[in-house]
Amino acid sequence: MNSFQGEALSWELSAGVIELALHRERCNEIGSLTLGELERFASALDAMTRQAHALIIHSTLPSGFCAGADLRELFQRSQEMEKAHAVAGVRDFLERIHRVLNTIDAAPLTTIAAVHGVTFGGGFELALVCDLIIADKMARFCFPELRLGLIPGFGGIPRLKRDLGNGVVRDLLLTGRSFNATRAHAVGLISQVVGEGEALRAARATAAQLAKFDRKTAIAAKKFIKPIPHHELKQEIDLFCQLFVEPAVEAGLRKFVESTDLQPYLP
Amino acid sequence: MNRGSRNFIESLTIENLNMPTEQQTLDEIMDLAAQHFKVSRDKLQPDEDFFKTLDIDSLQALDLLTRLENHFHVEMPDYELQGVTDFRTLANRIQSRL
Repeated sequence: MNSFQGEALSWELSAGVIELALHRERCNEIGSLTLGELERFASALDAMTRQAHALIIHSTLPSGFCAGADLRELFQRSQEMEKAHAVAGVRDFLERIHRVLNTIDAAPLTTIAAVHGVTFGGGFELALVCDLIIADKMARFCFPELRLGLIPGFGGIPRLKRDLGNGVVRDLLLTGRSFNATRAHAVGLISQVVGEGEALRAARATAAQLAKFDRKTAIAAKKFIKPIPHHELKQEIDLFCQLFVEPAVEAGLRKFVESTDLQPYLP
Repeated sequence: MNRGSRNFIESLTIENLNMPTEQQTLDEIMDLAAQHFKVSRDKLQPDEDFFKTLDIDSLQALDLLTRLENHFHVEMPDYELQGVTDFRTLANRIQSRL
């Protein structure tokens, strides 16, 4: 399927470049709807890679790239069932999204996240599966999970560790603070900082450049430099599920969902 | 040279000469906020709740933070702004990073 128009996302393959656009209000929160459509995308990706050399993931919403997991859905669903069932549901969700993200991570084409605005939690983790991150200067990155008593669950820690020094990983993970594109560029997280609203244009220019290279060589280079940390990814799911049953999580989720605080993102 | 004149000369570094006063920082923040959120500059007061006067939500507040960081070339951990709702305190926090 070379094109798809969903409720949460759409994609189109044109001239060798797949563009996956996220467009679920309010800021592309990843819940069961988005996961289902991401799974459709992952299923279609294998066939599309025969005609494509690059994938660009971006958001059409002004608020940002993606604010992460849909915490309201997570809270509501976990309230509707017993703890053991809720944990089983969370594990199932995590294993499904890990399969999708691992598929994109290992896809035999060059992947680019063109990000702007809020790139938080699961949104940050989605960007981290890509080979390159191009950010406009208004982009902001954060792992706020500890404020919920959790850790990032979509593969963020092993992938951040793969890409960055441990000191930066600790700063992001343990303080829960956000940082801007300039800082992200300085620590080597992103490859280009561009003007406001220019990330998609820059990603398209990069994708056009990639078309000049031999596909087989590009695939071999990517496989060599970007191994998927499968063992750590599995450990991350186990730790997330272990933490999920702790009382701090329910309290943290409730506080977030019921909060009228105008700065709920602050840890 | 007495201590007073030495301190005065030491203060005349290029950095200090270029350093805006807190009032200038406050004015620049309010100018930037008025321009970006399309609010009349006259409506903004240093000690009022900017969430209310700008009518912004949490995502727009993050946007404002990034704009201020880019404008002043500073890095501001967001936990330092926890509970900050007025321009004057915001200016004070930014001034401490200049």
